[in-house]
Amino acid sequence: MRQILSLLLENHTGSLSRVAGLFSARAFNIESLTVAATEDPTISRMTLVTSGSPEVLEQIFKQLNKLIDVIKVVQLSNGPHVERELLMLKLRAESSAQRAELKNFVDIFRGRIVDVTDTTYVVELTGTTAKLDAFVEATDTHNIIEAVRTGVSGIARGDKGM
Amino acid sequence: MEILRGAEILIRSLKAENVEYIFGYPGGAVLHIYDELFKQDDIRHILVRHEQGAAHAADGYARAIGKPGVVLVTSGPGVTNCVTGIATAYMDSIPMVIITGQVPKKLIGNDAFQEVDSVGITRPCVKHNFLVNDVRELAITMRRAFYIATTGRPGPVVVDVPKDITAESCEFRWPADDEVKLRSYKPSTKGHIGQIRKAMKMILQAHRPMIYTGGGVILSNAAQQLIHFVRHLGYPVTSTLMGLGAYPGNDSQFVGMLGMHGTYEANMAMHHCDVLIAIGARFDDRVTGELDRFCPDARIVHIDIDPTSIAKNVPVDIPIVGDVGAVLADMNRLLEEGGDITPDRSALDAWWNRLREWAAIDCLRYKHDSKVIKPQYVVESLYELTKGDAYVTSDVGQHQMWVAQYYKFDKPRRWISSGGLGTMGFGLPAAMGVQLAFPEAMVACVTGEASLVMCIQELSTCLQYGLPIKIINLNNRYMGMVRQWQEFFYAGRYSHSYMDALPDFVRLAESFGHVGMQIDKPGDVRSALTEALGMRDRVVLMDFITDQTENVYPMIAAGKGHHEMHLSPEHAPPPDRELA
Repeated sequence: MRQILSLLLENHTGSLSRVAGLFSARAFNIESLTVAATEDPTISRMTLVTSGSPEVLEQIFKQLNKLIDVIKVVQLSNGPHVERELLMLKLRAESSAQRAELKNFVDIFRGRIVDVTDTTYVVELTGTTAKLDAFVEATDTHNIIEAVRTGVSGIARGDKGM
Repeated sequence: MEILRGAEILIRSLKAENVEYIFGYPGGAVLHIYDELFKQDDIRHILVRHEQGAAHAADGYARAIGKPGVVLVTSGPGVTNCVTGIATAYMDSIPMVIITGQVPKKLIGNDAFQEVDSVGITRPCVKHNFLVNDVRELAITMRRAFYIATTGRPGPVVVDVPKDITAESCEFRWPADDEVKLRSYKPSTKGHIGQIRKAMKMILQAHRPMIYTGGGVILSNAAQQLIHFVRHLGYPVTSTLMGLGAYPGNDSQFVGMLGMHGTYEANMAMHHCDVLIAIGARFDDRVTGELDRFCPDARIVHIDIDPTSIAKNVPVDIPIVGDVGAVLADMNRLLEEGGDITPDRSALDAWWNRLREWAAIDCLRYKHDSKVIKPQYVVESLYELTKGDAYVTSDVGQHQMWVAQYYKFDKPRRWISSGGLGTMGFGLPAAMGVQLAFPEAMVACVTGEASLVMCIQELSTCLQYGLPIKIINLNNRYMGMVRQWQEFFYAGRYSHSYMDALPDFVRLAESFGHVGMQIDKPGDVRSALTEALGMRDRVVLMDFITDQTENVYPMIAAGKGHHEMHLSPEHAPPPDRELA
C-alpha cells in the first residue's frame, strides 16, 4: 500500500539524515522524498512517499514521530489531499514535423516547453505521479535525452493547516 | 554576568546536573575539558583503559543507581571505541550522556587528525545526538542532552563538542526548566484512563492470565507498583532477562524467566494463557520464539512508554502508551476501588494447578558431579552465599543464562546485563560502574573466559580506584553458547569456538595487582567463594574450571513455539500431550 506522509521537522543540519537513516536502518521503503524550508525558516517540510503493509505503515508513522527532530507527521493520503510532482524532460526535437508533434503532445498534457535549441526541447510538466508516468510512457524513449522528477509534494484539502 | 570558557561551561553544566562520576579517557580534542576537570574536586573522573570500558562502566552505573551515566572521550578513535558501549545502552534503554571531543570547527570535513563524523557514526544507536556549533549553545545543549536521556524511554545521548568551542568564552547561565522543553519532543507519561479501564475489565475476566514484565518496570522504578498489582490479582508473573528483580525471584507467584532459555512453566503458561498482560516489555525475538506460534489463545494488553514498541512484533488488543509506574498506579487504584467484575477464583485455581504440574518437571534440575564443576552449581552457590543480595553483572553467553536461571534476584537494579545487544566484554567495566555507585555493596561479575578477556584491561582501573569486584570466571575453554549451537545445529563441528592458548588467569590477576584463584574441584567451590567474598577490599578473579560439555536448558530452538521446549537430557521427554 502506498502512503504519502507530510512531516514538519526542525531545520537543522542532520534532520534529513535522521529521517533517511531511519528508513534504511529499519528496511522501510522510500519511493520519493522532497524537503525544503517553510515560511518559518526554523522548520522544514518534507513530503515522503512510502509503501508497505498496514502494520509497516503504522510502524513508520510511529518511528518518525519518535525522532527528536520531527515536530509533526501527518498521513496525508489517508484523507482528501492534493499531490503534485514536477517532471522535466529533455527531448530530441529535430525535424519540424517532430517539433510540431511534440508541441501538440505537450499541450494535450498541459505541459510547457521551457527551453529550446535547434535539436531539443525541455518540457516541464506537473501532475500526479500517474499523469507523469503516462506522459513518459507515451514518449518514445529513444527521444529522451534526460529526465528529472522532483518526487511528490502534497497538501491536505480543506481550511486547516498542518 | 559570568563569562566562562566552553570547557568551564561544560563542567559547570555537569555539576548543575549533579553528576558525581565521569568515565573517560583524555586526548587532543578534549584537553581543554580535562584541564578544567583538573581544577575542581566535585566531579570524580574515572580513567578507564579503553573507551569501550568507559561506556560500559557509565552504563553499569546508570543501571544500578538509576541516574544517567556520563562519558567523556576524545575525537576519532575515542568515539569509535565507544560505539559498542553506546549501542549496548541504546538497546537496553539506559540513560547516558556521552561527551565526545571533535576537531576544531574549521577542520571539520577536512579529514583532520583524529576526525570522524561522530554524529553520523552514532546516529543509529543513540536516542539523539548534537553537534555543538556555538559556545553560546553549549549550556542549553547539555541540559537538553540530560533531559532527553532521562525522560520518556531513556537512552544514550551524544554531545559532540569541537575543540575550539571549549576554548571560546561567553556568558554562562544555566537554562531554566521551561527553556529545556522541545516542541518536537513530548514524552507521554500518564496512560489513557479509558484504555486502562478497558484493560482492567479484560484482565479481571481472564481465566488463564499471565503477566509478562520487562526492563521497563525497572527503568520506571515501578517494582512496588508491580508487586502490589501481581499480589492483588494473584496471577502468575514471568519476566524477561531485562526485567529480573522487578518482581522477587523467590516469590511463589513468580514462575521464572520466559523465552529461549526460560523455565518450562513460564513458557507453557505463555502458550496456554487467555489474557497476556505485557508490562514494559518489547516482545523481543528471544522472548517470543516463532511469532506464528506465539500465545495462540491470548488477548493481549501491552503497557509501554514507547508507542513504537507496541504492535511492532505482535498485534495487541489493548495498547496503553504511558509510563509503566503511572499506569500500574492507575490500575492499582481501580483494583482498590473494586467494581462489578471479580476474578473467577475457581478458574484461577485450575490454572495454578496446571502451572504447578509444569513446574513439577523441575526444568532447571541438573546432574551434580563429584569430579567436574558444574557451572550451575557455582551460580547457585554464589546465590546462597551472597543471600541473593549481591549486584551481579554478566557478559554474554551460557554463563549469562545460568545467572538468569539460578540467581533469584529479588530486588530491581541488582542484575546488570547486556540483554538487547548482547555485548561480550560488558561485565567487568559495568561492575566498576556499579561498585562506584554503591561502594559498600558486594559486586560480582559472572563471566566466561571468552568474554572476560574482551575488556580485561579494566583490571587496571579496578586497582587504581580500589573497586573490589569479585570476578567469577566460568572457564569451560569454549565460547560456550557458540559451542552449544554448533553441537545442536552444526553436527558438532566446533568451528573456531575453542579457546586455545588461554592465559593463566591466576597470574594474570596477580600481574594486575589482584588476587587470583583457580578452582577445579566441585568440593572447593563453596569454600573458595566464601574466602573470596570475604576479601572485601580486593579484586578476586576466581577461575572456575567447569564442565566443557554443559549446555543451557531448557531451550526453545529457532522457529519453535513456547510449547516446544527442549529439556535437558536429565529429564524424561516432556509430557506436553497430557499437560497441553
